[in-house]
Amino acid sequence: MTTTSTSRVQTAVRVMRFDRVQRSAHWLNAVMFLTLMFTAIPLYFGSFFGVVFERHTIQMVHLWTGLLLPVPLIVSLLGPWGRNMRSDWRRVNRWTRAEIRWLRTLGREVIRADKFNPGQKANAIFTAASIVVLFVTGYILQWFRFFPVSWREGATVTHDLFAFGVFAAVAGHVVLALSHPASMRSMITGRIDAAWAARHAGAWTPEPEVLDQAGSPTAQ
Amino acid sequence: MSRESTVGSERVNVGRRLFLGLAAVGAAGIVFGSDAQRFLGQKLGSGIGSLLPGGDRFRIYSITGQYPAIKPNRYRLKVSGMVDNPATFTLADLKAMPATDMTKAFQCVTGWRVPDVKWRGVQLSHILKHAGVQPGAVALSFDSYDHADSESLTIEQAHLPDVIVAYEMYGETVTREHGGPVRLVVPQMYGYKSLKWLSGIRVVNQIEPGYWELNGYPVNGWLDGTTGATNPDPQLS
Repeated sequence: MTTTSTSRVQTAVRVMRFDRVQRSAHWLNAVMFLTLMFTAIPLYFGSFFGVVFERHTIQMVHLWTGLLLPVPLIVSLLGPWGRNMRSDWRRVNRWTRAEIRWLRTLGREVIRADKFNPGQKANAIFTAASIVVLFVTGYILQWFRFFPVSWREGATVTHDLFAFGVFAAVAGHVVLALSHPASMRSMITGRIDAAWAARHAGAWTPEPEVLDQAGSPTAQ
Repeated sequence: MSRESTVGSERVNVGRRLFLGLAAVGAAGIVFGSDAQRFLGQKLGSGIGSLLPGGDRFRIYSITGQYPAIKPNRYRLKVSGMVDNPATFTLADLKAMPATDMTKAFQCVTGWRVPDVKWRGVQLSHILKHAGVQPGAVALSFDSYDHADSESLTIEQAHLPDVIVAYEMYGETVTREHGGPVRLVVPQMYGYKSLKWLSGIRVVNQIEPGYWELNGYPVNGWLDGTTGATNPDPQLS
């Protein structure tokens, strides 16, 4: 088949997956998570690093990033701009019986996924819960005087356990993102091929957009 | 169409349940984590923290957020109060005294534990003998170069053979973040009793609760959880 001039002004049907607010929240969150993880390593393996790195500075970076961590999510969810954020949060919350079975059988049961598959939903829920638990336990570790003495020990071990969970979840998330480039690109551009959506998220029925080559939507 | 709506009505708030479940796990961890650690400690000989990778390492705490930098040749230990011979010792003075080597676990009150820490130092009892404790003295108060931390021991506790003024850890001068060049080591008690950056020993006629005790920890922080002045069943770690 010869290439014609019409196929060069190729148009693709795309769908909006993540709006500007969601992308901003995601990447701000990502930067903060990575900052927290990188500062956590020398704090946790204290005697590995000693004072080669300025420990107090690392501690302050960890503390302040942790205190600010919930802000992007709260602002993007609660503001008037958070319509898509909120509707995706509802999607993450509501599971069909089939999705529950999918998670129980660890993906062996085939399902027609919604915008997010059960694994993505579980990751989002775990991440959200971890933010809350790590925030609260971190607060207790910093300001332990205001809590019962034994809570400091409980908060220490809980903070550690959830941190290990977060390291595992983030590692899995990054590996899966890198192995699904189209999906990852949609967290940058916001859009994804309608064909991809039909294949990976068959139960999701977004409004299609026709885009020209430059990637901007054209009038339909 | 009807099938679609049945599927729709079958949706469950799994997200909320998982979220609240995980949050409840976190809350339970905060409140009962200490008890769980103690239970596991009896069963396994180690807390949950020690089972995690890297869990058997020191975590560095500092009250002021700073780590006093003391040059070893500028180090001074001042012994004062109810003693016959008030004295100020240099690091060389301490090293000239009979050395005690010991390998002990370091147990923090927040749950982590570092096994087999090698220390070298001078028995506190030796320093006290040198100073000559006067009759009527009840306790020792310890001061730190960080000007924030303080500690106390009864005279009797201070004479336990494994209470040392340590200048070597793992065969090297105690590092800055571990309280060097000289720190107290009280292995039968939780780590907060092992004052870092030791600058002074005052012999006094009453217990002066230290920084951590004023923040809620027991004055007598025995590892087995008892809080009496003496521990009839010492846990020689």
